[in-house]
This record gives sequence, structure tokens and C-alpha cells, in this order.
Amino acid sequence: MTTTETAPSPRALARQRRRASVARFWRQYRSERAGLYGLTALSLCALLALFAPLFVGSDVSSVTDAPGRPMQSPSTEFPLGTDQFGRDLLGLVIWGSRVSLLVGLLAAVLSVAIGTLIGVTAGHFKGWYATVMMRITDWFLVMPTLVLAIALATVMSRSLTTTVVAIGVTTWPTTARLVRAQTLAVETRPYIERAQALGGGHWHIMSRHVLPNVMPLVLAQTTLIISSAILAEATLAFLGLGDPTVVSWGGLLQDAREAGAVSSGDWWYLVPPGIAIAVVALAFTLCGRAVESVLNPRLGVSR
Amino acid sequence: MTADATPALVEDEQRTAAGPRVRRGSAYPRYLAGKVAGAAVSLLAVLVTSFFLFRLIPGDPVKTMTGGRQVSAEQLAAYREEFGLDLPLWRQFTDYCGKALTGDFGTSYQFRAPVVDKITEALPNTLLLTGTAFVLYTALGIFLGTRSAWRHGKLGDRVNTGLALTLYSIPSFWLGLLLIIVLSVGIGPLPGMFPTGGMESGGEEGFAYVLDVAHHLVLPVVTLVAVEYGQTLLVTRSALLDEMGSDYLTTARAKGLRDDLVRRRHAVPNALLPTVTLIFINLGRTVAGVILVETVFSWPGLGGLFYQALSVPDLPLVQGLFFVFAAAVILMNTLADLVYPLLDPRVAR
Repeated sequence: MTTTETAPSPRALARQRRRASVARFWRQYRSERAGLYGLTALSLCALLALFAPLFVGSDVSSVTDAPGRPMQSPSTEFPLGTDQFGRDLLGLVIWGSRVSLLVGLLAAVLSVAIGTLIGVTAGHFKGWYATVMMRITDWFLVMPTLVLAIALATVMSRSLTTTVVAIGVTTWPTTARLVRAQTLAVETRPYIERAQALGGGHWHIMSRHVLPNVMPLVLAQTTLIISSAILAEATLAFLGLGDPTVVSWGGLLQDAREAGAVSSGDWWYLVPPGIAIAVVALAFTLCGRAVESVLNPRLGVSR
Repeated sequence: MTADATPALVEDEQRTAAGPRVRRGSAYPRYLAGKVAGAAVSLLAVLVTSFFLFRLIPGDPVKTMTGGRQVSAEQLAAYREEFGLDLPLWRQFTDYCGKALTGDFGTSYQFRAPVVDKITEALPNTLLLTGTAFVLYTALGIFLGTRSAWRHGKLGDRVNTGLALTLYSIPSFWLGLLLIIVLSVGIGPLPGMFPTGGMESGGEEGFAYVLDVAHHLVLPVVTLVAVEYGQTLLVTRSALLDEMGSDYLTTARAKGLRDDLVRRRHAVPNALLPTVTLIFINLGRTVAGVILVETVFSWPGLGGLFYQALSVPDLPLVQGLFFVFAAAVILMNTLADLVYPLLDPRVAR
């Protein structure tokens, strides 16, 4: 067979294949009804968070020039009421979505990055390195994640970076386990042997052959971890371990509790931030489960 | 099944050929020793972590302790000596480990009482709350998970899974606060039916005391069960779905067994095997739930104590509680590992 000028270059071919597999993925994803609900909810929340500055000014969290009187119940002027400083709660909840989503995303990315790095290397380099890495992973796996995150957040200064790091470095072990198992499976395939025979080094094999194969798994895992990261962020903020200078959903709940909203029965202060957390966490979980069952048809029955 | 059995048979035959036949049961002691040793190493690692993690804290613990009050240099030195903070770090470490092994975690800055005393005081309360919730959510999760899987795809299953996923996504502390508002404080015409927090009203004796504690226990337990049962439900459901297509179930049905018996006697026992491990692995999440629920309901347990210790921060107490939480999860996991081969003899081999 002779190569003709019309034959596509390898790069174009790869791009074409990638496009085809994305299209196939989307076709299957569309048939997951719960996944579509989750995706819709997420898109709305993301748009709301991105365009929040258009609806509410950045002075929404300012205590000094609050528009209303303290602790007003919902009215036409303040649809969700006001907090103990007279700030508009609707504005605060919308503004809080930015921090909650951002921290959730960053923490999940950090967690999955660590997990993937350790998983791929532990699967690729066998021997003592893998043994040590897997012992560390197992140890993190049995630790109560939140207790460790709380401990980390306690010893570091209060900031968003602290929250992201505390969540990121405590939630990676499940990803590491999954990725390692997948790496081991991929590395038994003949084309890895071929790549080695052609002189491909460790880096080449891991980045060009193993990583693309574990990426789908990593994607599903990220979606699921974002959901727990958002919950963890809310929890840390509620325990008073978040950045006190920013508005987040968990922080709003802590404010509500400190303002005595519970004992005075001001349910309208507590309900919106909690619903926001639950909706976003649920949406990410639904998306993650849908991605998982598309990628792993054996799980398909369990949707 | 046969494909699985054949290599094992071959292996057995080879063993017989090579030497005296190894009995299946004899693998258990070695398995047991391995698991116990692993747990001991983990506990040691937790001990080391609990020491160094809390030494990373910026600033002077003595300054935190005095809370910004004006204190003379002599007083500061006295505090340092009292809490052993004047020694070099490695001495502090060896002291800490040595004492921890005998159960001594130092003195709480905040309560001026031994950490161990505070912990043993709060432990029974936490065990009562966690134990009750654990039994209930495991039972509920397994029951609903089984039903869901047996009728998967039907409306009941969809409602069940949807509800479980929703409750699973709800922050436990938020649910607790809402329950307090609705059922304790009372909302609109609804009177408060449950106490807002704590464990007892005080002044009760005997049976009335038991009832009083149970009354206080209701809301915290409901909160914990609501946020935790979803996980058990999903795990049970997918484990049972894995078994659904198995040949032995077809055989059981072909024998003419009732559907109910096929499920209870054949499918569920097999599906429970993976479920047991996962229930225990997920205990870490329950610990987190307990901390929050106890904080919200002012339950006088370890979780509430942890929250109090965090707000100071009272390092020896945080350290001790950190160790207790981690140790509890490790112990429960080891226990699950030890029980597991009794349920499924294939594991220990």
C-alpha cells in the first residue's frame, strides 16, 4: 500500500477519532435522564455564578452599608429576607455560589491530580515504590477524611487556599486506588510492550499510553469528588474554619446559627443556603453517576 | 462458576503432590496476624501524625492558651513547663509517644483536666448515639437497597434511589438545624415536640431518666440515619444487582422456590459479602457526621468536645480526639477484616 497525498496526517486522524468518541459519549449520556437533570441544574448554577456581578453588586457582603434592617423576614423588597446586618440574603446566596463552586472545583482538581499521579506511577513502577505508595494510600483511606481535613484547616491560617488544600490532600486515595487498578490493566496490553520494544521510556508510556486510557475514569471520579468537596467546604465553613472574609454557603449557615436563627425559628435564613448546597452536590453526583455508567457499561444496570 | 473452580482444584492437586495437604482453615491465623499487624502499624502512624500535624501550627500555644491577656514572662515559663513545651521537639515526641501508649494524652488547656478523663466521660454518650444510628441506618439501607435492586427500574426503585441520593447530598448539620426549628422550636401552629439539644433535662431518676434520654436521642439519630442510609442502600443495591443474573438464582427459581425465598436465602446472603466491607470502610464518613450532629444538637459526646476544642484551639484535646477518631475507624475496619473470612472462606486463602 502506498501513501497517497490525500491520506490524512496522523494528527488529523487522532483528532477525528477523538471527535467521534466524544460524539459517541454524548449520544450515550443523553439517554441517562438523571444525568441530564444534573447537567441542566449545573449549567444554570454555573451561569448564575459567572454572571453574579450583573445581578448583585460586589458590595452585597458589605456590613456597613447594608440596604435593610436586621433579620427581616422575606418580603417583596428582599425575597429571602435579610441577615443580622441587614444584608440582602438573596444577593448573598447568589454571591456565595462563586466561592462554593470555585472551592469545590479546585479542591476536586487537586485531589484528582494527586490521585492520578500516585495511581499511574504506582501502577507503572512496580516494586518498593508501588508498595510504599499503596501503604500511604491505604493509610489515608482508613483515616476519617473530614477529621483530617479539619485538623489541617486548624493548623493552617484561615483562607480559601487552606480549605482547598485541606480537602484536596485528604480525598485523593480512592482515585489513586481506581487509577492504579486501571493502569495495571492497561499495562498488560500488547501495545505497551510494543512501545517499550521501540524504546519508549517511562514518561512516554505513562503520558502517551496509560494516561489517555485512564482519563475517562478520572473524569467520572472528578465529577463525583466535586460533590463531596462542596459538602466538605460547607462543613469546614460551618465549623468556623473557612475564610471569614468571603461569603460562602457554609459560612452563611454558620452566620445564621450564630445570629440565633435556630432558637428564634427564622427558618427562612437557614433554608436557602442549605438547598443551594444540596442542589449543587446532588447535580454533580447525578452527572458523575451518569458518566460512570456510560463509561462502564457493566454498571449500566445499576443506574 | 466452573471456570473459577477449575484452577483452584488444580492448585489443590499440585499442593497435595508437593507435600502434606494444606487444610483450608489453617490460612486464617496467618491472615489474622497480617491484619492485626497492619492495624498496629496504622495506629502507630496515626500517633506520629497526631503529634507532628499539630506542631505545624504557627504561633505559640502558650499565647493561645492565655488568650491575649497580659502575662508576665515568669508565668509564660511556668505554663511552658506545666505543659512540657520547654523541652526540645524530639523529647516532646518521645514523651508524647511513651505517655500515649499508657493512655495519657496530656492536660487540656481549656478544661485543666486530663484529656483522657474528658474523652472517657464523653465516650459512652457518643457510643449511644452512634451505635443506635449505625444499627438503624445499616438495617434501613440494606432493607431498602434489597427491595430496590429486586425491582430495579420500577417506580419504587427510582423513588428510593432518588431519595437516597438527595438525602446523601444534604449537609448533615443543615438537616439537623432544620429539624430543630421544625420539631423542637416549633413553626407556625406546630408546637415544639422534641428538646432542642443536650442529652437530659436533669432531675429524672430510673426509668423516667431512660425515657428522657431516649426523647433527646430521637432528633440526632434521625439526622444521622437520614444522611447515612443512602450510602448503604446504594452499596447493597449494586451488590445485589451484580448477583441478579447468576445461574444459581435461576436454579433456585427452577427448583420452584418462591420469589421471596430466592431473595432472602440465596441472593441477599451473597450480596451482603461486599456490602459488609463497604459499610465498615464508610464508617469514616459517619465519624464526620457524628461531629456535626453532636455540635448542632449540643450532644455531650466526643464530636461536641472536638468542636469545643477546635474553637480555642485546645491542642492536647484536639490531638487526643484526632487519635481516638482515627483509631476507632481503624479498629472497626480491622474487625470487619477479621469477621469477613468467617462469612466468606475464600478471602483468607
